[in-house]
Amino acid sequence: MVRPRCRGRGDGQVSAAIAFEKARTENRSALVGYLPAGFPDIDGSIEAMRTMVAAGCDVIEIGLPYSDPVMDGPTIQAAAQQALEGGIRITDVLRTVEAVAAAGVPTLVMTYWNPVERYGVDRFAADLASAGGAGLITPDITPDYGQDWIAAADAHDLDKVFLVSPSSTDERIAMTTAASRGFVYATAVMGVTGARTSTSDLAGPLVARTKATSDLPVGVGLGVSNGDQAAEIAAFADGVIVGSAFVRTLLDAGTDRAAGLAALGALTEDLAGGVRRG
Amino acid sequence: MSYEADDRGFFGNFGGRFMPEALVAALDELTVAWEEAMADPEFTGAFEAILRDYANTPSPLYHAERLSEKVGVRILLKREDLNHTGAHKIRNVLGQAMLTKRMGKTRVIAETGAGQHGVASATAAAYFGLDCTVYMGAVDTRRQALNVARMQLLGAKVIPVESGSATLKDAINEALRDWVASVDHTAYLFGTAAGPHPFPSMVRDFCRGIGDEARQQSLDQYGVLPDAIAACVGGGSNAIGLFTAFLDDEDVKIYGFEAGGDGVETGRHAATIGAGESGVLHGARTYVLQDEDGQTIESHSISAGLDYPGVGPQHSHLSQVGRAAYLSVTDAEAMDALALLARTEGIIPAVESAHALAGALRVAEELKAEKGPDATILVNLSGRGDKDMETAVEWFGLGAEDEGTDK
Repeated sequence: MVRPRCRGRGDGQVSAAIAFEKARTENRSALVGYLPAGFPDIDGSIEAMRTMVAAGCDVIEIGLPYSDPVMDGPTIQAAAQQALEGGIRITDVLRTVEAVAAAGVPTLVMTYWNPVERYGVDRFAADLASAGGAGLITPDITPDYGQDWIAAADAHDLDKVFLVSPSSTDERIAMTTAASRGFVYATAVMGVTGARTSTSDLAGPLVARTKATSDLPVGVGLGVSNGDQAAEIAAFADGVIVGSAFVRTLLDAGTDRAAGLAALGALTEDLAGGVRRG
Repeated sequence: MSYEADDRGFFGNFGGRFMPEALVAALDELTVAWEEAMADPEFTGAFEAILRDYANTPSPLYHAERLSEKVGVRILLKREDLNHTGAHKIRNVLGQAMLTKRMGKTRVIAETGAGQHGVASATAAAYFGLDCTVYMGAVDTRRQALNVARMQLLGAKVIPVESGSATLKDAINEALRDWVASVDHTAYLFGTAAGPHPFPSMVRDFCRGIGDEARQQSLDQYGVLPDAIAACVGGGSNAIGLFTAFLDDEDVKIYGFEAGGDGVETGRHAATIGAGESGVLHGARTYVLQDEDGQTIESHSISAGLDYPGVGPQHSHLSQVGRAAYLSVTDAEAMDALALLARTEGIIPAVESAHALAGALRVAEELKAEKGPDATILVNLSGRGDKDMETAVEWFGLGAEDEGTDK
């Protein structure tokens, strides 16, 4: 059973499971939107994420920009690089979490492991919880190598979102879902992040295999860029995760912030419509 | 004590497998295939044969007499520069390419810094009839243009990587991304004894012939083991290949020499163990050059082959437990050593190997004081200097006509 958690730490910290549960009661999938913190700059990223919330995102993933993002394609890497060149620090990421969580949606940080380890695993968990963050999505940590994080997350009542992949064995999927909390992130394709013209036929079987091991919600990510693709995935998944397509709207808008936010809002509405059609 | 990794790939606190779930199945498959292959006499026999007949090993252990005279102790050079393709790298890639064939995969990818590993990978791929793609930092493709041409001539596709600092670490990131998408038919020929388990142990095993040969040659030719051994350390494949045979010989001092660049105190260096902090990079916990937020700091070295902000996790462990000493050598010291070897022995080493030699010359002073002229230091000359001629030309201002009157 999913046990939605809504214990306050003074800043409205809630589990992502709450948003998935709410979507389920509305007989639809949840829309999970990703942007890196600090892109195009810190205040700009906060404004962009609030735009995504206002236009229909149920959960926000905040990327912690990292110098060596092995799972990211060129679009997200370019945005993260811009954030790094802008001087973003972990404390700025936590400030972004605080601002977005205050908008009323579960807010998770998606991060490669080294920045967390360097900051201090328990310190990071404590500060994330204090900021109202729901938890972490960890693309380069699997539960069998993530004991430090699992302990810290449990101590601070945070979501642990681990990834499953089409290449995962059933045994590993079971191990991963057993260690996860909030939701499970199913990578729909064998590849890195980036919008794709068609969705993957690997996603459906992966979601089915994942759901066979757990009642946790399953979100599907990597490649979704429009409402129709979102609807396709929403037919079998609890959540649709979109990243590169959001980043692309802001990259394409360049220095025209208003145009970027307008495009971002329009894309969010299209995707939010998609998860309701699925 | 044991210097082996445990079954999760940890050497003490270092190593492991910090990787996307998408690659876990491939790493598991590789681990099983490697373990089975190493236990299969047919595979190990074929590996030994190809090293002997194609790669020109065992490489000689050579007493550099004129250099020894100058320094005052006996200096032995393990001549890996005489291997086919001019470096120790050929051992690793032939092993991994053989394993690729055994696993039924048809394509290999590799990353390269100086180009040595890329050339070796392209060579092994040509030998075994595998498709080959090599990722190389765009900065490195410019400073190693000759090696790019060699790879292309061998039939490999060379992809310049513009992201990040456009050097070796970014080439590794790009190769990993390729691998995530192509893992069903592609093997990643990792170029050094770093990365996620099983690469550090597997690359070490394919390179350990360096040390096994050197140890036996030392006994056969001189009747004793050396007092000290030395190798350069970027990721650390040649070093761990040499060190492994001597780890249990407690009287043999072990030295790894990292690239000190402009000097560690300047911040422009690649002295990862000397000046880095424990962290996770490219799939392993190891020492990493990083800032307060865990962002990787770009490394600097005159040698593209040592210009890496991480290091193989077994080296981190050997440093932590004190079995090996890791010191740094500046660009200037390395280039002085390169010139010295060229002029005393007629051997132009790779700039990487010149770091090992420069460090060994420093150790030689201590050994001389301690043990006198009978002291022996064995240096792994991991590669030849052809690829670095442009660097040498620039550093020494070569190429113009001599101005002397020596007619």
